[in-house]
Amino acid sequence: MKLGFYPGCSLEGASREYNESVQAVAEKLGIELVSIPDWNCCGATAAHNLDKELSLSLPARNLALAEEAGLTELVVPCAACYSRFTVTQHELLHDNAMHKKVNEIIGKEYKGTLRILNVIQFIEEYIIDKLEDNMKFEINKKVACYYGCLLVRPNKILNFDRTEDPQTMDVVMKKLGADSIDWAFKTECCGAGFSVSFTEAVGRLSGKIIEDASHRGAEALVVACPMCHSNLDMRRPAMDKYNGKKIDTPVIYITQAIGLALGIDRKKLGLNRHFVPVKLDNFKPYVKKEVVVENTQIMEEI
Amino acid sequence: MSNPHHTEDNSLAGKVQKHTGVKVSRCYQCGKCSAGCPVSSDMDFPPSLLIRKLQTGFPKHEEEVLRSKSIWFCLTCEMCIARCPMEVDIPPMIDYLRGESMRLNKANPAAKNIIRFHKAFLNSIQKTGRLYEMGLIVDYKSRSLNMVQDVVLAPSMFAKGKLKILPELIKDRKNIKQIFQKTLKNKHK
Ligand code: SF4
Ligand code: SF4
Repeated sequence: MKLGFYPGCSLEGASREYNESVQAVAEKLGIELVSIPDWNCCGATAAHNLDKELSLSLPARNLALAEEAGLTELVVPCAACYSRFTVTQHELLHDNAMHKKVNEIIGKEYKGTLRILNVIQFIEEYIIDKLEDNMKFEINKKVACYYGCLLVRPNKILNFDRTEDPQTMDVVMKKLGADSIDWAFKTECCGAGFSVSFTEAVGRLSGKIIEDASHRGAEALVVACPMCHSNLDMRRPAMDKYNGKKIDTPVIYITQAIGLALGIDRKKLGLNRHFVPVKLDNFKPYVKKEVVVENTQIMEEI
Repeated sequence: MSNPHHTEDNSLAGKVQKHTGVKVSRCYQCGKCSAGCPVSSDMDFPPSLLIRKLQTGFPKHEEEVLRSKSIWFCLTCEMCIARCPMEVDIPPMIDYLRGESMRLNKANPAAKNIIRFHKAFLNSIQKTGRLYEMGLIVDYKSRSLNMVQDVVLAPSMFAKGKLKILPELIKDRKNIKQIFQKTLKNKHK
């Protein structure tokens, strides 16, 4: 099976373990991910903070290239890129004049035919049904699923999950055998694009998130966004300073959790690249649950 | 007499509505946005007050909005719109206000680092088509005086394979250049 794929800059650089785990899981389950030829950066926070047309044109060029390449579905694991892409698609399909203008700016025609999937939608549609037959281990740990902002908001455009207490990641983690906890910071902001330019804010916002998760006994945070991951993982010193104590709860990508359950090598999942060491191990071997077969005879008699 | 409905609304609120479709008059000042905003405490005035200032339409208030820290500290986390009972879409409004604030040279000095970072980021994309993180850090650090913290992180990022030495260059860089020329460059001289 072939699906379009947009890695984005983070997944090719500072968050390459996310890409590695997405690729490893896809390969294991026989899914081929085809990158958009000659893709460019989506513009991220910088573009939409400074110039609206630029912030629509950079994603639009990628979407147009994907259409040109004959792709119909596009997997975008980075929650930030996903948000820029979905917002662009929404704006252009609802604003004819802007659509024309952007086509002129990028020198290409974007039609708006692509289906854009975030990583959870990708998992729900193409992975979850294959888990039972392929799982080697149960992730028998207490985890806190952290959604952050961009997967669930703005709900009007994304139309994805409940904004205040989303469940989609929790469902996946439960399927993997994890105990996903209820907690208070599921959709609070981590500090996002201010990692470098306003690190104290990130220390405070991410600090509260990690504190609540660890306080409630989570052995790991599970995320689906490279921006959340690098804030929560790399900015741990600023967070520890805010909390006044050291917290060593690791942060893993949901695709790394799936990879661990599938028995994929830890290095292949990039687990060695984290700043906060991921010590999770001793997983319980997975035994496929017996499928209860209905008594067909009785059914027939009735 | 001219029909008031057909005159161009030159207030900042009018421009916001024209460019983003956001009607600040819908806000009834319940304050939910400010209560949920993760950076309210860093702002000089929280989102609901930003809106109130636009509602009055007083030139003094509009000036305060354009010169505020608030518009730059907003993280576009979208919490405000998620909770607003009147669906006042604050984040795109703030995007627009940032653009205006830059264009009119009114950006708050406290936002210096944030703007430098955005510029260094876009600069990187403009040249190569993709983000070159190492280049970004060097460029940003040379634009800001905030030298220490990330230079400390860089070697360990590098050791973990998280920083590339060379930038990735996309093929059609002319296309990217053209996109910048027709958008950002066009407006900011
Ligand atoms: S939540 Fe909406 S109605 Fe309430 S103060 Fe904020 S913008 Fe106004
Ligand atoms: S989008 Fe901006 S104003 Fe709204 S809650 Fe988030 S940080 Fe505050």
